[in-house]
Amino acid sequence: MTKITLNINKKEYPLEADPQMPLLWAIRDLAGLKGTKYGCGVAQCGACVVHLNGEAVRSCVTKVSRAVGKQVVTIEGLSETNSHPVQKAWQDIDVPQCGYCHSGQIMSAVVLLREKPDPTDQDIDDAMAGNICRCGTYLRIRAAIHLAAETQKKTAPQG
Amino acid sequence: MKQNNKAGKGKLFSVQAAAAPAAAFLTILIFIVSVGASAFRKDDAPVKEIRLIAINRDSVESVKAFETVYKVLMSPRCMNCHPAGDIPLQGDDSHLHAMAPKRGVEGKGVYAMKCSNCHQDTNTPGLHTPPGNPEWHLPPAAMKMVFQGKSPHELARQLIDKKQNGNKDIKKLIEHADDGLVLAGWNPGEGRTLPPVSHADFKKAWLTWIKKGAYAPKK
Repeated sequence: MTKITLNINKKEYPLEADPQMPLLWAIRDLAGLKGTKYGCGVAQCGACVVHLNGEAVRSCVTKVSRAVGKQVVTIEGLSETNSHPVQKAWQDIDVPQCGYCHSGQIMSAVVLLREKPDPTDQDIDDAMAGNICRCGTYLRIRAAIHLAAETQKKTAPQG
Repeated sequence: MKQNNKAGKGKLFSVQAAAAPAAAFLTILIFIVSVGASAFRKDDAPVKEIRLIAINRDSVESVKAFETVYKVLMSPRCMNCHPAGDIPLQGDDSHLHAMAPKRGVEGKGVYAMKCSNCHQDTNTPGLHTPPGNPEWHLPPAAMKMVFQGKSPHELARQLIDKKQNGNKDIKKLIEHADDGLVLAGWNPGEGRTLPPVSHADFKKAWLTWIKKGAYAPKK
């Protein structure tokens, strides 16, 4: 075990962990943030996506050591009141069915909209193909991303 | 007519005879300029190796060495990241990569599907887990360096064409045998077969192919 400090959602978490531990374990079991889900454990499903310095990494295969000194953002840190445009679009369109994969879906969608504020269906497919939804909510996911893009456009500072 | 021909040949011979001292002078001049230029090099580049190319050309040995090079480059460990399309290949059967990640402009993926989101600096332990390397990527969109579907002739020609090989001159091609991502082919992670020969044998064949003139097989 090694003493490490992780910055998760702009808060410092002093932890004792094996540097080889998956980041997902540290987030859920050591920091106690349960919004990020374990799906496959081998980077195949996307349920565990969090942001590491803004990139949508899969925390089940990302070692804790890679996150030291970087900014980790989980679904809990996206907004304080679930008011991020993507979260709001998810609520407005009632996207989830069972909901298990959706923190990962939302975290991936946020990266897409940051890099492509007005995505086409193809852009959405390219960005979201790694996030699997067993309930098959893909069409609602796509609609919600378009809605979030519209909301971002309206609320973006003019100029 | 015969006389005219003879006269023509005589002229040709005399032109060659006149050109010989000029060619010799030009060769010496190029040698002096090369030596002078190399004196200003700041790196420890293996100049000797490059010079060998000019004096050891052997199309038979070169083409023979390329047989080994081709077998390695067309093995899944190399070809999977040199696909004909914009989606990498995966597995020993070189199927399209699950999740269909796209190449992107720099070859590092797009949006939430960037290579390093799953591929770490080192191999992830376990079967069917992402292999790792700090530089994991495909060739960029502007120079795709496709291996898949290429014949030995096409691949050999492509590898020495700076417009198709990532702007690599002979020196860089030689160095490329020890590139980190090339070496990663021999450390592929659990459950993946190795290239058909060792890295040492590949490097030997690679250098022989280049130093003997980098000849392309006929087909």
